[in-house]
Amino acid sequence: MRAAKAGLHGLFAVYKPPGVPWKGVRDAVETKLLSELNSLERPPPSQQVRFLPSTVEGKDGKELTLTVTQLPVLAEHPLVSGPIFTYLKVGAGHRLDKKSSGVFVLGVGRGNKLLGDVYRAHLSRTYTVRGLFGKATDDFSDTGKLIEKTTFDHITGEKLQRILAVIQGSNHKALLQYANIDLKTQEAYELAVKGLIRPMEKSPPLITAIRCLQFEPPDFQLEIHCMHETQQYLRKIVHEIGLELKSTAVCTQVRRVRDGAFTLDDALLRIQWTLRSIRNAILQSRLKVKTELRNTMAYQEIFAGSLREREARLSQTIADCEHSKGVMPWLQTQ
Amino acid sequence: MALLTRRVTRCCCLLKKHYIVNSIELRKQTIRTWTLSLVRPSLPLLWPYRYFRQPVFKNSRTLFFDNIQFCSSSASLNSSPENNSLSLVNQQIEPRSNSDSKALDEGWDEALPSSALEEISEDEAVQIVAEPPLPFESFTLQDYVDRSETLQKLVLLGVDLSKVEKRPGAAQFLLKLDFEKDIQKILLFLKDVGVEDNQLGAFLTKNPYILREVVEDLETRVAYLTSKKFSKEAIARMVSRAPYLLLFSVERLDNRLGFFQKELGLNVKKTKDLVTRLPRLLTNSLEPIKENLKVYELELGFSQNEIRHIVYRIPKNLGVNKRKLTQTFDYLHNIMGIPHSTIVHFPQVFNSNMLRIKERHLFLNFLGRAQYDPKQPSYISLDKLVSVSDDVFCAEVAKTSIQDFQKFLKTL
Repeated sequence: MRAAKAGLHGLFAVYKPPGVPWKGVRDAVETKLLSELNSLERPPPSQQVRFLPSTVEGKDGKELTLTVTQLPVLAEHPLVSGPIFTYLKVGAGHRLDKKSSGVFVLGVGRGNKLLGDVYRAHLSRTYTVRGLFGKATDDFSDTGKLIEKTTFDHITGEKLQRILAVIQGSNHKALLQYANIDLKTQEAYELAVKGLIRPMEKSPPLITAIRCLQFEPPDFQLEIHCMHETQQYLRKIVHEIGLELKSTAVCTQVRRVRDGAFTLDDALLRIQWTLRSIRNAILQSRLKVKTELRNTMAYQEIFAGSLREREARLSQTIADCEHSKGVMPWLQTQ
Repeated sequence: MALLTRRVTRCCCLLKKHYIVNSIELRKQTIRTWTLSLVRPSLPLLWPYRYFRQPVFKNSRTLFFDNIQFCSSSASLNSSPENNSLSLVNQQIEPRSNSDSKALDEGWDEALPSSALEEISEDEAVQIVAEPPLPFESFTLQDYVDRSETLQKLVLLGVDLSKVEKRPGAAQFLLKLDFEKDIQKILLFLKDVGVEDNQLGAFLTKNPYILREVVEDLETRVAYLTSKKFSKEAIARMVSRAPYLLLFSVERLDNRLGFFQKELGLNVKKTKDLVTRLPRLLTNSLEPIKENLKVYELELGFSQNEIRHIVYRIPKNLGVNKRKLTQTFDYLHNIMGIPHSTIVHFPQVFNSNMLRIKERHLFLNFLGRAQYDPKQPSYISLDKLVSVSDDVFCAEVAKTSIQDFQKFLKTL
């Protein structure tokens, strides 16, 4: 029983269905795990030593003595003590709001510490977003209050592609700005070529890549790689794409297909939320999370290195300036 | 009580210090003040403790009372044997004690041996139970279960004490009960009514308060049910399924039976059948049921006859959460396009998981098999949609593999 719980430390991903709040998913997983843990066989109850008085036939008739007996402690009976585990530490990674669905990372036990590391690693996430042209609602989703209806016959795939390219371009610029990395170093340049640059502190939502998966007016589907986003921000992007195309659009589905190292294949469906499959998922994800965090550390070193180098270069240029002007320029002017 | 113990220990320390440092006069004074402070505010608290732990007290070998004796005798080392121990205390407080504490003092005199140093026989020594004292108060019954015969028997009966102790006031009165005197008669009565042996534990877990009832009252209630022509099996089933049924007075039971008969418009036989199948209806609150009936009628637009059918087929539908009810109906009627007449034939849909209906409908829709009209070919009944397991659903209804279904679920 305790051994079963000992295996439950780490991260795993579940598939959150749409229309359910993330807290409900987390609580359902916790209850499921608890009930399974408590249904396992209990350790045998500890024995207590009692001295029970008993009569023994002695030399001179009956004699009262104490006999040592071992009795199980009734206070540890399952009906008296209740279930052994009453709560589990289950923490959630990046949240998904009620309407969205997809990969949702949860941490159990000591895995909750890893959740903090993953958060500080500022990993990117991938979403597929479905949109519908011709409508506008107050909350950018298809269930909201309808505000206006528009035509969408003039929209072509090419126009959509152009808008997407503009979005990606402007976001890329912002990304380089927030990344605060000196592109003049060799390492940073190599990273930038591979497209691996990302900011290491808080920033507004940034889209690192966006492309169209499917375009059948009025429906369209986008794939968005982004970081520091909320699902509502992605809906707003769809709304803005609609406006840019001289029409309107609502978002019908936001589905996360990747969260950091966790992909759709790792995510557990509702029927798979069992002790065994969760333990397997934790084991499988352990290596992935570790490599991801190690890569982040390496990136952070390059990042810090480039910062140091830039500072060095800056002080160098300042020194050069001063040298060219003389040791004490203000004396010369006087 | 914890406060008392703390005070006693503190006093003891104080006393020792004084013993070492001060003169005899001063010492006597301290003892007087201490004993008074101990005796006066805390005596009423001591009463129940003494009452419960008579044997321990009698032998007075527990740490607690040894302390007192030590303190008192140390103060009057060379005085006569009658004068040591708590007799000293008694003499001092005699003038100012009221009748209550007088009675207590007498009790103490009887209970305590005359001296702590008195020799006792072997047999007596063997009988001394040197167990740590029971806690004065506790949050759980766990502390008492190893010593209380009643609780032990209840556990063997299968009563879940961890659940019972969470009920208001239940743990307190269970502790005071005596198995032979109070519990046995109720258990025998329940067995007579027809509750199975293995259900008694679960019954008492759900309703420990029945142990407070008088057997005659319970008998009149059972007699009422018999007079209403419930068969013996039906009564046994109702009582074991709805443990609180027997706590309801005859008038209340009558009212409730009348309510179901009137509101649902069922005949006597069907009403009896309904409450026998789900006796919980009788004991649970009637407000949600009234509300649900209105929801079925006004919000969902079922006719009286249809409501009667829905409720009679699946009585649980009366207790379904109102929001869940409207959500499920909304999905079935407005999205899946199923008319009222079809829903009436499958009332179990209201009692099933909403997410499951949604997932399966979307999957069937994706496959192009979502055809719920019984007049057309490849008809899929609602019953098959909601009540079979995923494996059977995939194999028989959707005619695909379960892996495909799972893959589909990950695209939602």
